[in-house]
Amino acid sequence: MEKGTFIKMALTGNEAYAYAMKQINPDVVAAYPITPATEIVQIFSKYVANGEVDTEFIPVESEHSALSACVGASVGGARVMTGTSSQGLALMHEIQYIAAGLRLPIVMAVANRTLSAPINIHGDHSDTMGSRDSGWIQIYTENANEAYHSVIMAIKIAETVNLPAMVMLDGFIISHEMEVVNTLPDEEVKKFIGERKPLYNLFDFENPVTVGPLDLQDYYFEHKRQQMEAMFNAKKVILEITKKYNDTFGTDIPAFVEPYRLDDAEYAVVALSSAASTLKEIIDEWREKGEKVGLLRLRITRPFPYEEVKKYLSGIKAVGVMDRAETHSTLGGPMLQEVKAALYDAEKRPKITGFVFGLGGRDFDDEQANTVLSMIKDLKDGKELPLYSFIGVRE
Amino acid sequence: MKLKSWKELPEGAIIPGAPNSPEFKTGDWRTERPVINFDKCTHCHLCWLYCPDSSILTENGKIKGVDYDHCKGCGICAEVCPPSIKAITMEKEEV
Ligand code: SF4
Ligand code: SF4
Repeated sequence: MEKGTFIKMALTGNEAYAYAMKQINPDVVAAYPITPATEIVQIFSKYVANGEVDTEFIPVESEHSALSACVGASVGGARVMTGTSSQGLALMHEIQYIAAGLRLPIVMAVANRTLSAPINIHGDHSDTMGSRDSGWIQIYTENANEAYHSVIMAIKIAETVNLPAMVMLDGFIISHEMEVVNTLPDEEVKKFIGERKPLYNLFDFENPVTVGPLDLQDYYFEHKRQQMEAMFNAKKVILEITKKYNDTFGTDIPAFVEPYRLDDAEYAVVALSSAASTLKEIIDEWREKGEKVGLLRLRITRPFPYEEVKKYLSGIKAVGVMDRAETHSTLGGPMLQEVKAALYDAEKRPKITGFVFGLGGRDFDDEQANTVLSMIKDLKDGKELPLYSFIGVRE
Repeated sequence: MKLKSWKELPEGAIIPGAPNSPEFKTGDWRTERPVINFDKCTHCHLCWLYCPDSSILTENGKIKGVDYDHCKGCGICAEVCPPSIKAITMEKEEV
């Protein structure tokens, strides 16, 4: 394949996920359907039925079982994938920690959806923000094209550091919207991801191992320290693999963060996923009016890119951080807290405020984006703002 | 046994090699210890059969004693020793 020449396909976010999974051709997929991620495994199961993949597909009775089956298969050395959303991810919560603690490079495609109650099937980040401390690498993608490439890269990243990874896209907003995706030929994907090299071979009867034994006060802490080392190391590995991917295929996927018109910016907004696209449009309009405003999109939040956040935001006068999730701590959304923590020891610390928006799939529109930028501008100009504000809610 | 640092441990929280359960001394939290009276013991092996920690030692068809490194003092052996024999008594461990 000539670098930079792609096979253009019109795909929804879910179709892009499923197509990437088809090209990855994992050994095992265990999954349970849930809106808006249902299509991922539904489409994938068609590939299985048509003999287009060699995957052992395990339709289970719940997400708890889905991830449990993934853990078992991954311990056995298989390349394993799954997909879910919302309550499904919540039901997997217990097993997420086990997958990470056993250092299993399972890759999960998530179509972000809010959590009950009240019940709602639409997109916000409540589900995966609840998994922040589970030990998974977390990748938030902006659109279907990025989701496609991110899933392929996630396999390589996860299997290099032996940690599980979840790749997110916004439920419905991206999962069900069709766009042009620059796909790669099957053999290029195959070549890039290579073979999984597991930490041990469960079928080597000459060298047996015990997996998942009781680990008490004398060793648990050492194993957790070691797991943390893998996450520290993931930082470097993610940068290397993303660079190699972009260099090989001519893609332009940012690793941890995407700075947008930040160079001479006096104030900036921080956002994840599809909201960043809306903000870019509005920032362009504001730039035309002479406003020095920019955006920092966080793409990978585990490991958290504190160096990049510091590099791009220190020296900027005012920053607003967008969260499509609540922490219910009264301290603001999760990304507001983490961006603040990253900037605490920055040489030139900006003034910071937060915005919680789009809960339950509420549209994030131009009007809201304009309000957000105005408020950050006010903050820059010395106006006092609350710790964080709710955007797009009826008062 | 010198405890290993996190750098020395195999990744994935596994225990490599087998068998390694003998290395895990389960006997250090026992509050009572079984003592066998060999004047009474008929070597019927019921205690050996029921011990959940394989801690009744046997050799050539004869009961040899108790592996106190691993016996956790549950008292099952004393319970299953036939009532007409009662060769095992549970004695308090000194603290
Ligand atoms: S007390 Fe329990 S563990 Fe100890 S020898 Fe008897 S049966 Fe085995
Ligand atoms: S059960 Fe009693 S009699 Fe039988 S072998 Fe054990 S100690 Fe001896």
